Amino acid sequence: MKELPLKKLNTDRETKDCCSNNSQNTECKPELQPIGIPMAKPIEDDAPCCGPKPGPPSSPFEKPGYRMWHFVADFTTTPVGKVPRIDTTLKIQDFAGTLRARLGILRDRYRVAPGLYSVGRPTAESPVLVTANYKLSFDSLRRELASIDAWILVLDTRGVNVWCAAGKRTFSAEEVIRQVNLIGLERLVCHRELILPQLGAPGVSSQAVKKGCGFKVVWGPIRAKDLKNFLNNRCRTEAATRQLSFTIAERTVLIPVELSLIVKPSLAILLAVFLLSGIGPEIFSFSAAWIRGLNGAVAYLFGVLAGAIIVPILLPWLPMRRFYIKGILTGLVAGIFVVLLVGGTMSRLESLTLLLITAAVSSYAAMNFTGATPYTSPSGVEKEMRQGIPIQIIAVVAAVIAWVAAPFVN
Amino acid sequence: MQNFRYLENVTTLELDIEKCIGCGMCEIVCPHTVFKVEKPKAAIADRDACMECGACATNCPVAAINVTPGVGCASYIIQTWIKGKDAVIECC
Repeated sequence: MKELPLKKLNTDRETKDCCSNNSQNTECKPELQPIGIPMAKPIEDDAPCCGPKPGPPSSPFEKPGYRMWHFVADFTTTPVGKVPRIDTTLKIQDFAGTLRARLGILRDRYRVAPGLYSVGRPTAESPVLVTANYKLSFDSLRRELASIDAWILVLDTRGVNVWCAAGKRTFSAEEVIRQVNLIGLERLVCHRELILPQLGAPGVSSQAVKKGCGFKVVWGPIRAKDLKNFLNNRCRTEAATRQLSFTIAERTVLIPVELSLIVKPSLAILLAVFLLSGIGPEIFSFSAAWIRGLNGAVAYLFGVLAGAIIVPILLPWLPMRRFYIKGILTGLVAGIFVVLLVGGTMSRLESLTLLLITAAVSSYAAMNFTGATPYTSPSGVEKEMRQGIPIQIIAVVAAVIAWVAAPFVN
Repeated sequence: MQNFRYLENVTTLELDIEKCIGCGMCEIVCPHTVFKVEKPKAAIADRDACMECGACATNCPVAAINVTPGVGCASYIIQTWIKGKDAVIECC
């Protein structure tokens, strides 16, 4: 990183060394002002024209080749160049984007450019808040910063949230150091502190950051909503803000992404279900493939529903700690519904098979939810998988044999 | 988070009390209040709450904490079974 021409970054005014030994606080403040650029003249209302009214003139901050985010209010001139000043209220586009990302649509591309942003009217003494470049993380931070003056340092976490990026080591000491040096943060602020979200701690060694760029890491609260209190309390946190939560709302928003991940394998599985359902004494029957296949598909989908939707919602109230067992329990209940729903036309063997399929699918889907929870240890997950997967495999093999054999038995 | 307890006696978390200097960093970064600093040293107060995220070990200034960090994710673990622990795994 050191070979980057840091000092040659665009600066609009002369850089003051704000941290020289004899500098007073008053000297420490570089003049930070929004830039006044004249806008294009709006068209007068009574101007003769045809068709719909033209939109507003282009923002003076727009540049050819770049698209400006709606959340950028204006730019502030600083010793390290022009820094965007961002809004703290979310707009309809933000909520639409959140919804899209939560549904898993183009989620990996929902990101903001890494680098430096500002909120309010920060000075050289204002705190520097570090976050990830996943737009949802960025939004959840800025919406809590109304009436706060701060710098925001966005790391390049490849569009992944703080917690997961820390796990993947993209929210890391190296990336903090890289961004600090790239921006020339030491020329912007006179203190030497960075406030990082606590959930970034698995990826960031505070000692390494201090060593690599001279900035001290201060671990902030887990949730952005506790930041205001944290800053007002001179960067001290209360114990409650250091603990994770996993409320029903926090669990429910995770469901669509989990579902979006299993759409593709599900299509392959459903195709197999229809094909297997057609096998019978007359070798292959399209009508059986359709009728029995539909029943099998219902059992599969109820399994997904029980494991990937019901288990996350009811998580703390379901008995047993192992997720695969929680999934079996909800799967058996869902399987009974399947039998009641479609079992009327089926033999007892087929009904039992449907019950088995629903429970096995639910068990597997529930086990996969461990990856989305903030309390399951990998050692624990591996332990339960060593038990759960053999049971699931046996159940599926037995179900397939019974399902294919049923038409011959009847 | 107290409603959520996972399997007991599985975590790989270890604290070397000899090395510990009682700085309290582990208590600050742990999201599950596993550590309590009882002067002059840290202690593991709630071992089974550990989710092996590795925040404490990464931030311990004297490397007194040892834990095998990882992703507690089923599809990740299946891939490590198939491809081996050191393989490059794209998941989660």
